[in-house]
Amino acid sequence: MVASRLLRPASRLLSTHRPFISPSKSALQPAASLPTLVNARRYATPSGVKEVAVRDALNEALAEELEANDKVFVLGEEVAQYNGAYKVTKGLLDRFGDKRVIDSPITESGFCGLTVGAALAGLHPVCEFMTFNFAMQAIDQIINSAAKTHYMSGGIQPCNITFRGPNGFAAGVAAQHSQDYSSWYGSIPGLKVVAPYSSEDAKGLLKAAIRDPNPVVVLENELMYGTHFPMSEAAQRDDFVLPFGKAKIERPGKDLTIVTLSRCVGQALTAAEQMKKDYGVEAEVINLRSVKPLDVEAIVKSVKKTGHLMAVESGFPSFGVGAEILALTMEYAFDYLDAPAVRITGAEVPTPYAQGLENMSFPSEDLIAKYGAKLLRV
Amino acid sequence: MASSVHFPGAVNSKFTTDLAFEQPSTHPAMPTYRVMDSDGIIVDESRKPSDISNEEILKWYKNMLTGTGPPAIVSIMDLIMFDAQRQGRLSFYMVSAGEEGIAIGSASALFPKDVIFCQYRETGVFQQRGFALSDFMNQLFANGKDNGKGRNMPVHYGSSKLNIHTISSTLATQIPQAAGAAYALKIQALQNPNMVPRIVACYFGEGAASEGDFHAALNIAATRSCPVVFICRNNGYAISTPTLEQYRGDGIASRGIGYGIDTIRVDGNDIFAVREVTKEARRMALENGGKPILIEAMSYRVSHHSTSDDSFAYRAKVEVEDWKRRDNPITRLRKWMEHQGLWDDEMEKEARSQIRKDVLKAFAQAEKEKRAPLRDMFTDVYEDLSEESKVQMKELGRLLDEYPGEYDVSEFEGGRKGLDEPAEQ
Repeated sequence: MVASRLLRPASRLLSTHRPFISPSKSALQPAASLPTLVNARRYATPSGVKEVAVRDALNEALAEELEANDKVFVLGEEVAQYNGAYKVTKGLLDRFGDKRVIDSPITESGFCGLTVGAALAGLHPVCEFMTFNFAMQAIDQIINSAAKTHYMSGGIQPCNITFRGPNGFAAGVAAQHSQDYSSWYGSIPGLKVVAPYSSEDAKGLLKAAIRDPNPVVVLENELMYGTHFPMSEAAQRDDFVLPFGKAKIERPGKDLTIVTLSRCVGQALTAAEQMKKDYGVEAEVINLRSVKPLDVEAIVKSVKKTGHLMAVESGFPSFGVGAEILALTMEYAFDYLDAPAVRITGAEVPTPYAQGLENMSFPSEDLIAKYGAKLLRV
Repeated sequence: MASSVHFPGAVNSKFTTDLAFEQPSTHPAMPTYRVMDSDGIIVDESRKPSDISNEEILKWYKNMLTGTGPPAIVSIMDLIMFDAQRQGRLSFYMVSAGEEGIAIGSASALFPKDVIFCQYRETGVFQQRGFALSDFMNQLFANGKDNGKGRNMPVHYGSSKLNIHTISSTLATQIPQAAGAAYALKIQALQNPNMVPRIVACYFGEGAASEGDFHAALNIAATRSCPVVFICRNNGYAISTPTLEQYRGDGIASRGIGYGIDTIRVDGNDIFAVREVTKEARRMALENGGKPILIEAMSYRVSHHSTSDDSFAYRAKVEVEDWKRRDNPITRLRKWMEHQGLWDDEMEKEARSQIRKDVLKAFAQAEKEKRAPLRDMFTDVYEDLSEESKVQMKELGRLLDEYPGEYDVSEFEGGRKGLDEPAEQ
């Protein structure tokens, strides 16, 4: 996996892999680090549970929404003929035709503006960025037009649009293509922002985003597309949606609250198992699912129980999602904290290309477990 | 009665009662300038290259052979590095077969002091300006001798010595920056009339020309009269997107006219034509205080977009083979050299074998080089080290001194000492 548009080329990460990543480097092998817990979720009819890759869950969500509503269409670079740089739109062109699944020239400001315009005119576009790093070329359309036109037109111009694509660092694509935009979009009134972790998250949140009358940014994770998760029977149905602003307790616990999102959820779950093994403590892992709106209630409820909070995210430390979680906890649950809350984030450095440094620039399972133990003084 | 009013936005427009829209399809496509045909025959003897020595031409040819792939037999550096990526010795590589003529032909017409911005398929430009095989390899392996201190993805070459800005991953951002750099050179020349005037040459692909940055760049360069030569490599594909889906106009060249920029289209497989056109563009760019020029060089991307791409998913192999056979810059120049009695099969064989040896030697050497010194982990985020970084460096030094057995830093330049500030020169 590698490269960027730059390396636009870089975006083909999935068709090739970075062979010199050894399997022991779990930071780059999310699938390998999934705790057993994930496979033991409680479902009504476990027999109906299916293993689905995040990529396929997204594909299913798009297909179902294209089927259900003819106002929905998908537009982006290489989404049609090439089936998407990460194959998320695979087969959609054949099934829905070139009026619904549309290739764009390399012009983010152009095609993003076009989809925003289509949304202002009443359609429900899904605008795919090959990665959110490229959306920088179009960020004015997202922030100044998509997020604000409904308000500034006096409520007469809705903007039912979904921006989606991979977000966060990948592997070996250096500083300009390794950024996490959760806090960028999360700070804009008028936008809704979600960050799926599992296949169920991916499907339920993307479908909800397409149906939501507001502009929604769906931040997928470049390293998670190929990861398989069990999908319940309910989630396999075409009416499955997840509500925004509702976090999910992925692992209940009584000693420490870990609030996290996207790929870091998997790391936190592994770290929680590690902490149980090493110290006999039970960490509660909260998967935010939605960055904006943010489920403060779930965080406060958990902190009241555990008395300890740790935020884990892969963005830069300053003014990030972790900073927000800590601030909210201080505002709403200060009296329940037994120790100062902590955050684990990406490092304050342009993401290095060197593999060793890159690994150290983002949260790892070990780091989470170590800081958890330190926080609990165990 | 006046036949025209001087509207400020269109001063020479005449009135008409004929209601007619301008239709691009009725305009003939802009012609493509060439000197030599695909058989290596000079089409117009009066345009025969006269100011270049045979020695120089042989150097071009060898540069083309080295840097990128002679189609049909595949490249030397391209092939070796492509394989290296597949073996996991390199994370990413970009080949440039089919576009050697544009890179080397244009670079040969520029002055060493001219400033260059590249996209990422201009290996030949670097070569022609003197970037050594070891320079390429050091960057590709991100070792301590890499000008970028190992911080970039492969193929992001840069050299202050050769006046080439470091390649950036972000697409098309170099185009407006080139206009800005040219503006700076223009001001510099005004302030210091004794300096030899310089231009900026800016390379990009036809796909990048779809980005807003391209349009903004051409307009600002035209209105500020910046001495910049924009060189578009139109190779038919932007990753998988063919030009027919990239734009509807007459290539990229027609856009130059709209921005009021002198423009030419040239056969990118004809190295003589590319050189001549660039030479003339450079002269024009410095006329009357400076102005931008646009060159659209036509070619065909014979290779995949990058090691992350398999282009046979979106184009037929037969199409590529057809192009390789029909025309490419290397075999064209070779034919010309053969007609002149400058080259034969024996020399070809010898050159290839020598280049292969040189590439492999540089490859092996670069793989063995030490990594950048430890202090480079901290430097350059800001001009000066931040206080936090200083504290972290000190702490790292302390840990290394206290537990030398735990940390093997021998693979980094200078080992433990590489963390300390270099002594004042």
